[in-house]
Amino acid sequence: MKKYTFTEKKDTRSGFGAGMHVLGQQNPNVVALCADLVGSLKLEPFIKENPERFVQCGISEANMIGISAGLTIGGKIPFATTFANFATGRVYDQIRQSVAYSGKNVKICASHAGLTLGEDGATHQILEDIGMMKMLPGMTVINPCDYNQTKAATIAIAEYDGPVYLRFGRPVIPVFTDADQKFEIGKAWMVNEGTDVSIFATGHMVWEAIQAGELLEAEGINAEIINIHTIKPLDEEAVLKSVEKTGCVVTAEEHNRIGGLGDSVAQVLVKNKLAPQEYVAVDDSFGESGTPTQLLEKYGLTAKHIVEAAKRAIARKQA
Amino acid sequence: MEIEQLEKVASQVRRDIVRMVHGCQSGHPGGSLGCTELLVALYFERMKLKEADGKPVFDMNGTDEDLFFLSNGHISPVWYSTLARRGYFPVEEMATFRKLDSRLQGHPTTHEHLEGIRIASGSLGQGMSVAIGAALAKKLNGDKGLVYVLMGDGEQQEGQVWEAATFAPHHQVDNLVAFIDLNGQQIDGPTVKVMNNLDLGKKYEAFGWEVISIEEGNDMAAVLKGLYEAKSRLGHGRPIMVLLHTGMGFGVDFMMGSHKWHGVAPNDEQLAAALGQLEESLGDY
Repeated sequence: MKKYTFTEKKDTRSGFGAGMHVLGQQNPNVVALCADLVGSLKLEPFIKENPERFVQCGISEANMIGISAGLTIGGKIPFATTFANFATGRVYDQIRQSVAYSGKNVKICASHAGLTLGEDGATHQILEDIGMMKMLPGMTVINPCDYNQTKAATIAIAEYDGPVYLRFGRPVIPVFTDADQKFEIGKAWMVNEGTDVSIFATGHMVWEAIQAGELLEAEGINAEIINIHTIKPLDEEAVLKSVEKTGCVVTAEEHNRIGGLGDSVAQVLVKNKLAPQEYVAVDDSFGESGTPTQLLEKYGLTAKHIVEAAKRAIARKQA
Repeated sequence: MEIEQLEKVASQVRRDIVRMVHGCQSGHPGGSLGCTELLVALYFERMKLKEADGKPVFDMNGTDEDLFFLSNGHISPVWYSTLARRGYFPVEEMATFRKLDSRLQGHPTTHEHLEGIRIASGSLGQGMSVAIGAALAKKLNGDKGLVYVLMGDGEQQEGQVWEAATFAPHHQVDNLVAFIDLNGQQIDGPTVKVMNNLDLGKKYEAFGWEVISIEEGNDMAAVLKGLYEAKSRLGHGRPIMVLLHTGMGFGVDFMMGSHKWHGVAPNDEQLAAALGQLEESLGDY
């Protein structure tokens, strides 16, 4: 098992803020919009240096999406930011008509995705956003795994012409990827090569998958771990290449098991190569208040759960 | 263009509207007929458009020209006809309206790359937000072009409209002119019965807009005068709202003033009766 170490823990939303800071200095067309959550989205450095390129929308997310679509018509690259629930579910029709169907170069950047925003509870813990966004034709869906990768993804999506949903979160987690990495949209990242089971993880679950890989190694199981930071377009080649080798799959995501990464991977398997697959995901329920650690444990999203899922997948392969 | 010429264009646009809707036996003639003077006045007289060799040149960004957005996308026939007659695309293409593989979708879209369309509309309440975004982009770009957006009066029942209405004065979007087509009708009946908007002028004033009225929205001279006035008030920190009083179905006597012609196509006999009231001034497509 390849060793991953970290010296600090940071939140992925701060990676987004750092990426925006860089974009503010590098790309004069980038405009940031926010719906009364500037501090939560870590936009202060961007706003301080580029006040004229920041649009405060107030608590009006639908209007923010429409304004973002309009800004593209003058060649601007709008980054519309708020919590993931308000960036997707609340404004689905606005994104559908004014952004996706209209083919607008809007970047929808959503913090506090999944369970790990914690104490605010289920009203704010969206677990359906990946599903909603990936169903929109032409939408790119990205869920990076740590601070550095979120920063790199933020910078990369400004160079890509088309609508993007970028999903990140609130809790501090280990920073284990390279600071100067180049982010390639749609290209899966090999975390660890293995032979017994393929673990496809996205977002915060990548670190859990790495810990699971170490636990499995101690039991003599050699897990292949792949970071699927881009859920759409999915790197089907990487998925199939890995499954050819291992013959079974675990998908891990901080999302409803319906409509997320797991279903995207399952679709590839059904079409190309049948293999046992186990889901590590929220089992079609809403979340609740609690600390991020408590919630991951209660809803089955820890390294331990990935280990159990891997063993089940391997057993099914051998059955 | 002289008023007489503009009226001739309007008459042809009205013919196009009823013929398009008849051709596919669907679509929305009522609101289209009511807004004919506005769109003709904008595109043939008031808007600054990019042109080459006397024909408009479309580019998505619309740099250094005025932009128009149709938020109540169901009145697409009047927009399609105006764009075609203005030279954005061949008038023959109107025959494809609402048919398979057409660029003239039931509701306007950028998806088929139809010249003149910059955003999809149809799901109501979104157009003013988009127009504000385009107006902000013009300000950021130092572009002096103006942005116009048309909404329906029934559409004022959508919540997003009021998010946008709050935003524009706060951010001093003073390169924006919005219109409400006040025809007093919506699908289920008169607007005052379905969901009374009360005094929209007072509402927008309270939100910080400068509000003017065009009482005779189907009189070309009145529309031109109103547009001139709206434009002259721009640039002073406030967006402009124009309350455009129109008659649904205006120009075709049996369609006038009734919500029943919101989204119904005329049959052969009704088409003939309608065309009999409208001069073929530029030649049918």
